Amino acid sequence: MSEQEIDLKRRRLLTSATSVVGAVGVGVVAWPFLSTWSPSARAKAAGAPVDVDISKLEIGQLVRVLWRKKPVWIFKRDEQTLANLQVLESELEDPKSSGNSKEQQPIYITETYRSLRPEVAVIVGVCTHLGCSPTYRPEVGAADLGGESWKGGFYCPCHGSKFDLAGRVYEGAPAPTNLKIPPYHFVTETLIRVGVSPEEFEKTPIMKRNRLS
Amino acid sequence: MNNKSWIDQRFPLTKVWNEHLAEYYTPRNFNFWYFFGSLAMLLLAMQLITGIFLTMHYKADTVNAFASVEHIMRDVNWGWLIRYMHSTGASAFFIVIYLHMYRGLLYGSYKAPRELVWILGMVLYIALMAEAFMGYVLPWGQMSYWGAQVIISLFGSVPVVGTDLLIWILGDYAVGDPALNRFFSLHVIALPLILVVLVFLHIVALHTVGSNNPDGIEIKENKDEKGIPKDGIPFHPYYTVKDIVAVVVFLMIFSTVLFFAPALNGYFLEAANFVEANPLKTPEHIAPLWYLTPFYTILRAIPPILGSQFPGVVAMFSALLILLALPWIDRSKVKSVRYRSWPYKVALGIFALSFVVLGWLGMQPVISPEWYTSLANLVGMEVKTALYLIMARLFTLLYFGFFVLMPWFTSIGKTKQVPERLTK
Amino acid sequence: MNNIFKSATAIIAIIVSLGSTASSGVSLDAANTDINDKASLQNGAKLFMNYCSGCHSLQFLRYNKFTEDLAIPKNYVVENLMFNGEKTGETITSSMPPDGATRWFGGVPPDLSLVARYKGTDWIYSYLRSFYPDSSRPFGVNNRVFKNVSMPDILWHLKLSSTEKEFNDSVRDIVNFLDYVGEPSKLISPTIGFKVLGFLLVLLILTFLLKKEYWKDVKYGKWRVKS
Repeated sequence: MSEQEIDLKRRRLLTSATSVVGAVGVGVVAWPFLSTWSPSARAKAAGAPVDVDISKLEIGQLVRVLWRKKPVWIFKRDEQTLANLQVLESELEDPKSSGNSKEQQPIYITETYRSLRPEVAVIVGVCTHLGCSPTYRPEVGAADLGGESWKGGFYCPCHGSKFDLAGRVYEGAPAPTNLKIPPYHFVTETLIRVGVSPEEFEKTPIMKRNRLS
Repeated sequence: MNNKSWIDQRFPLTKVWNEHLAEYYTPRNFNFWYFFGSLAMLLLAMQLITGIFLTMHYKADTVNAFASVEHIMRDVNWGWLIRYMHSTGASAFFIVIYLHMYRGLLYGSYKAPRELVWILGMVLYIALMAEAFMGYVLPWGQMSYWGAQVIISLFGSVPVVGTDLLIWILGDYAVGDPALNRFFSLHVIALPLILVVLVFLHIVALHTVGSNNPDGIEIKENKDEKGIPKDGIPFHPYYTVKDIVAVVVFLMIFSTVLFFAPALNGYFLEAANFVEANPLKTPEHIAPLWYLTPFYTILRAIPPILGSQFPGVVAMFSALLILLALPWIDRSKVKSVRYRSWPYKVALGIFALSFVVLGWLGMQPVISPEWYTSLANLVGMEVKTALYLIMARLFTLLYFGFFVLMPWFTSIGKTKQVPERLTK
Repeated sequence: MNNIFKSATAIIAIIVSLGSTASSGVSLDAANTDINDKASLQNGAKLFMNYCSGCHSLQFLRYNKFTEDLAIPKNYVVENLMFNGEKTGETITSSMPPDGATRWFGGVPPDLSLVARYKGTDWIYSYLRSFYPDSSRPFGVNNRVFKNVSMPDILWHLKLSSTEKEFNDSVRDIVNFLDYVGEPSKLISPTIGFKVLGFLLVLLILTFLLKKEYWKDVKYGKWRVKS
């Protein structure tokens, strides 16, 4: 038997090549396992958009729907309410939603009244402090909420945070930011679809993939 | 001067690496039969990982279990693949283990000084069967339920304590939520931990005495001037690199089943188990999965004695436990089948055949096939005992005969001359 | 060694092909479904929703799952195949009330999500085509494959308005669809399998060459000790 010289270069090359291909294999195998953590079809179905018919909605009436296990409020605002929203600005933490509350609404919600149409509000009813659901207090001048200065809004019973009828948080409240606005759009004049942004904003693949419409 | 690295000063990393890999000297002539140990470890890891991910979506209660498995198969992204990996992995595990054990029989790997390796291996085998049995109950299909019902009720046949024992095991009067929940716990955490610890002990015991080889001679009896066995080569890199090839070949076979025929026509996933468990409806034919069938046949082969099924239960467990006695009932000085006498080779062949036939019989109902009944009628004979039952009894005798007669046939006949140094 | 290998492989092949047989002894016609025939699956879906879903649910299948897998346009499904105002993410339930079912049929029609897995395509194909007139039964029909079944011959109208071959093809399409419903992953599994095997083949070649390279040390008589 002859003594072979070890071809170290060949060994290193083969080892590297095999390791690289093997590593690729491991990565390809790992992918399905990691994917099992993404929302399943059942989760996506449960998180599907919710259609709300507002044809019969009256001023002062609050409709609450469950979207992705969170309450979403839909209610109408009249002229007076919208005017009051302007007046309140000095008492609010972030009236233009441009400070801390910058991320609390989709990019297409740009007005200070924080909705697609001024007369219809769509707000996620979860207090941004610790997650309780605030109560609807539309009555102007409510004694326990400051009397004359109260122009209608939401009061969170857990720790006393107050929000106006655009979901903006009052200064000095435990809650740090304005209430969240969910993605939504008007399918027709009277049908709101909560969970789906207006067509031109529904571009990103991840948004499309993680939703059923 | 500190030559050791930071970690070596605090943890025997290099020491362990050398003792068990880079300077663990293994016989140079390992063949095909020696792949299955590392393949078994691969499968254990695979079952653990796929099992962990399945547990994230499975629901262990009788109302939701079946539906949760279908949820995994359809709703969970890639859930079907993880599920099939786990079910195919279970059967693959037993194929690998049976081949691994057969290697032990072929080359006398159970003989001194490796008795403890064999004993630990047998305990592993029993633990693995328990793990597989309990795992099969979890999908809560008809076969899950009724298979559990049949096997657990065997414990009820134990004299005196049977009924109480049965109720204690079930936590109830019949197989139901308590049984399902405790099997879930045992299957997901208790037995996996035990299996991992046993594998560790099994390898430590092996490394203490060194591996056997196809020639059955001890390489440590022939060392060079440096104290290294002349016929030994370091496990790493030679057997690591060789085992990796075996892993790839195995994965190719495994993937073929996994992607093209995961149920394997009812052998890996029984059709009846796609029906949700129904305590009011007994399936036509109850059978465990193929890897448990040899022992199931032995159970069924023994008729009730004095109204009790207990003798059958004893026979079944004895068939399993008698394997533990091998190191002591094998009287031959020769380890490897290559140098054994003809009587031994014949006996081993009969044993292997018996195991396979017993396995096949366990998957059939206890009947006589049509050709047999027709033939019997033709010659005017009445078929009193089903053919398959006769066969079960015959092969059970042959199975036990292998062990009972071993002290005799390992002492007779001419063995070949065992070589001094390893051959190919 | 090689001989043992060959005989073992042969034995295993025989045993596997024996597999499971129809235990009741009724002879079945071969369904010959082709899971890759999208048109057949689409037709089967349509026929199932129209003829079967009134009584039989497919509780584990979601509308949006099979519309995507079978490339059926979503609005077609919503308009023509969904009758109860469900959402596309929901599972296919039948609108038959259970107590009504018990009164009319003597039992609740079983869910059919997995019927192809536990009965097999041949059985379903034969069953749907084996109804025969029997005045002693409540609906006037009995079935050669499933004695005294409570189900009426729901496809009788289809049978009358088609030729024998057309009817057999329609039934085959329904069975094909049920085969898909039993195991939707079957549509993509073989393709992935081939890719995996291809990759493993490449890896096999590399690992084999690597092994051969290192084992030169052993082959040529002396493994090297790092000095």
